[in-house]
Amino acid sequence: MTLAHAPGAGAAQAPADPVLSVEGLTVSVATEAGLRPLVQGISFDLRRGETLAIAGESGSGKSITSLAIMGLLPTNVRATAGAVRLAGTDLLRLPEARMRAIRGDRVAMIFQEPMTSLNPVMTVGAQLVEAIEAHEPMARGQAQARALEALKAVRLSEPEHRLRQYPHELSGGMRQRVVIAMAIALRPDVLIADEPTTALDVTVQREVLDLLRDLRRELGTAIVLITHDMGVVAEMADRVIVMKDGAVVEDGPVVRIFDAPAKDYTRALLAAVPRMGARPLEDAAAPKAPVCSLRDLTVRFDLKRGMLGRTTHRVHAVEGVSCDIRAGETFALVGESGCGKSTIAKTIAGLVPFDGEITLAGHALRRQSDVTRAVRRDAQIVFQDPAAALDPRMRVGDLVAEPLVIHGIGTREERRATVEQLFERVGLTRAQIDRYPHEFSGGQRQRICIARALALRPKLIVADESVSALDVSVQARVLQLLRELKEDMGVSFLFISHDMAVVDSIADRVAVMFLGQIMEMGTRAQVFGDPRHPYTRRLIEAVPVPDPSHVHPARARMATEVPSPVRRRDDPPPRRVLRDVGGGHLVAAEG
Amino acid sequence: MAGYLLRRLVQSVLILLGVTLVTFFLLYVLPADPVRQIAGRSATAETVESIRRQLGLDQPFWVQYGRYLWNLLHLDLGRSYLQRSNVSELIWARLPPTLLLMAGAIVCELILGLTMGIVAALRRGTATDNGLMIASFVGVSAPQFVVGLLMLYLFGVRLHWLPISGYGTFAHLVLPSLTLGILGAGWYSRMMRSSMVEVMRQDFIRTARAKGLARRRVILRHALPNAILPIIAMIGIDIGIFMGGIVVVESVFGWPGIGQLAWQAIQRVDIPIIMGVTLVSAVAIVLGNLLADLVTPLIDPRIRLR
Repeated sequence: MTLAHAPGAGAAQAPADPVLSVEGLTVSVATEAGLRPLVQGISFDLRRGETLAIAGESGSGKSITSLAIMGLLPTNVRATAGAVRLAGTDLLRLPEARMRAIRGDRVAMIFQEPMTSLNPVMTVGAQLVEAIEAHEPMARGQAQARALEALKAVRLSEPEHRLRQYPHELSGGMRQRVVIAMAIALRPDVLIADEPTTALDVTVQREVLDLLRDLRRELGTAIVLITHDMGVVAEMADRVIVMKDGAVVEDGPVVRIFDAPAKDYTRALLAAVPRMGARPLEDAAAPKAPVCSLRDLTVRFDLKRGMLGRTTHRVHAVEGVSCDIRAGETFALVGESGCGKSTIAKTIAGLVPFDGEITLAGHALRRQSDVTRAVRRDAQIVFQDPAAALDPRMRVGDLVAEPLVIHGIGTREERRATVEQLFERVGLTRAQIDRYPHEFSGGQRQRICIARALALRPKLIVADESVSALDVSVQARVLQLLRELKEDMGVSFLFISHDMAVVDSIADRVAVMFLGQIMEMGTRAQVFGDPRHPYTRRLIEAVPVPDPSHVHPARARMATEVPSPVRRRDDPPPRRVLRDVGGGHLVAAEG
Repeated sequence: MAGYLLRRLVQSVLILLGVTLVTFFLLYVLPADPVRQIAGRSATAETVESIRRQLGLDQPFWVQYGRYLWNLLHLDLGRSYLQRSNVSELIWARLPPTLLLMAGAIVCELILGLTMGIVAALRRGTATDNGLMIASFVGVSAPQFVVGLLMLYLFGVRLHWLPISGYGTFAHLVLPSLTLGILGAGWYSRMMRSSMVEVMRQDFIRTARAKGLARRRVILRHALPNAILPIIAMIGIDIGIFMGGIVVVESVFGWPGIGQLAWQAIQRVDIPIIMGVTLVSAVAIVLGNLLADLVTPLIDPRIRLR
């Protein structure tokens, strides 16, 4: 099943020999019951300057495929059949010493997590130089010059200075540029990018995708792009392989896959992808009374420095935020990492000291200690990572009943009955109540967290990136559950997310945050249909569109960093004034 | 940095003050009577009382303790009840052998413990790993005097490779250092193994391998500096654990150090010496920890001393 046989494939390509050719690659893990295949018979050809996307959800085998090509499989996993030919040489048959010479030189790889993929105790320069010297023996000065050149190629600001810095001194986007610089320093024939932008903010993702596209054009590098994000696939790929459970579902040119998917799974996968503007812009319902109001909410963290531990600097996490979350609505806070959206969630839950006023279900809260147990009953949180939010040593039924126990509600039998109802409400069965968290999938675990949040019949559920860690098909079903809960139970949601498309698909009203302040706020139709603030526009434009024919508006390539919310103690940030541009659509004055 | 050192210095003085108070109190409430030791069994009640008055032991606790601190402020550790010389002189004379022994033990710990830990981590799940971890378990659980006597018998008595007792040459140092270090080596190998296993799983190790670096370089340059960080903090704590071991090891091998001095003083209730040795140990522990904290940021740039 090579791509050359697929209809339409290769027609646009020059008939050059493939740089990389994978034939019937099968990868298996050694278990006590024998070899269990993780990837079965994947085949593809990759030509110079071409980008092939391998798309699929978690467990599809896409990352294992990339590790097999690099010869970096874990010890109990190995390629059991097939061939990986790089310019004719089968990499699977090479001894480790010869494979090492190819790794990083002719086939390079970049990974998902820029925060952890650099050695924390070595300077950026040392790590770059080492990568160069491993393959091309040269004088130290020469290697340093090459390293500098590579940093310039990835458009990192102040490259000379960066060489002397340690990874923890750089932001996530900067670190990912360093990882890319390391990978392209020796101009590899093939670059394998495993979820290269998944951990990045949307505007940083945009810059990294642009960078990868430029590098491919300038250097002619062939790219294997491993991703779960169909938007990224549509933007970057020439051809696509869709994988599921270790097998190829479908492959073909990107336009064909998106416009005329041949297999049900591909169609379902594409249908589950949240798209900006896919939901009709309906008129908002008549405004109801607010369940939760924030007035001039401010959260600052002191940084102690100097010999006497005096407060010299402050993190202005949230700076004068005012908004209302109304009964029965989903109010979304969107923004990039560090904008203060999660701090607001923690503040409402009483986990962070604050200034200003929160009114929650009739309670006026002016300081952290006002958020008593009785108040917390009305606002419950669902976190991002359901695996970490559930105690692995407790049965899930007990986890869901725990809020009732803490608040002393009902007898044991009544609580059991409530838990059974909640399980059915969130789409789980009664039979699952006595199981442990590890017996559930990620989506099911998040349903358990939602059931736990519902146990106290709160007026407000704070969903802090609650669907971000889920695969798109699972994500779509959990979002549907949240919509139903809002309709059936009248509960309000504060939906916090970095994902504009997800917010667009679920929110009634939206606030866009930047550096602790609201930049724009209004109904979904107002903010996404008629964005006024340049930052909102920039965020919307940066979202990858799952449509290969979509053309992104040209924008200046830049490598700016988000300004820091850390300021000197005597230098508070200027407060943005929100102006009503009509119908309650509030926009911050530009400044 | 200067501020950090100053704060640590103040902390250290407070810690040492606390150590003197607790030790002094424990010796005060101890049922053993030092005066009886000095005067002997046949002494009359008057003699005993006069010695007691002479040493100031008839005074209330706070007066005795206050006088001790006052002398300490003048760097006077007092006079031994029985040895007719200043405690500081006695300790000063015995300090070099003990420091030598500790240095030897630390070297043994590091060489044995780190090597075993690294090898076990890199061969995780194999027979080598199991064998090394059983060995480390034995090292951790075997009492030091048993290990010491066994080695003494094997290398000294049976094989005649090394001297069985005494002080002076490098050969004399080997067995006591090994005996003292073997406990720590056991701990270090276990800690190093788990630390190394953890680090080898990290993303940056995969990045290093993806760059095409040789395995040796991945281990020595990328894994080791990260894995060793928790061990450094251990070395500081270790000096305290050594103090207990030194009493045993110095007795077994006839090593003329502080441990022997302490042992003799404890048997004879020679309070000034016990106080002095305790204080010196406390200083060693405080310095060891400070040193460990100062070395860590040299390896890990993320740690700043504030």
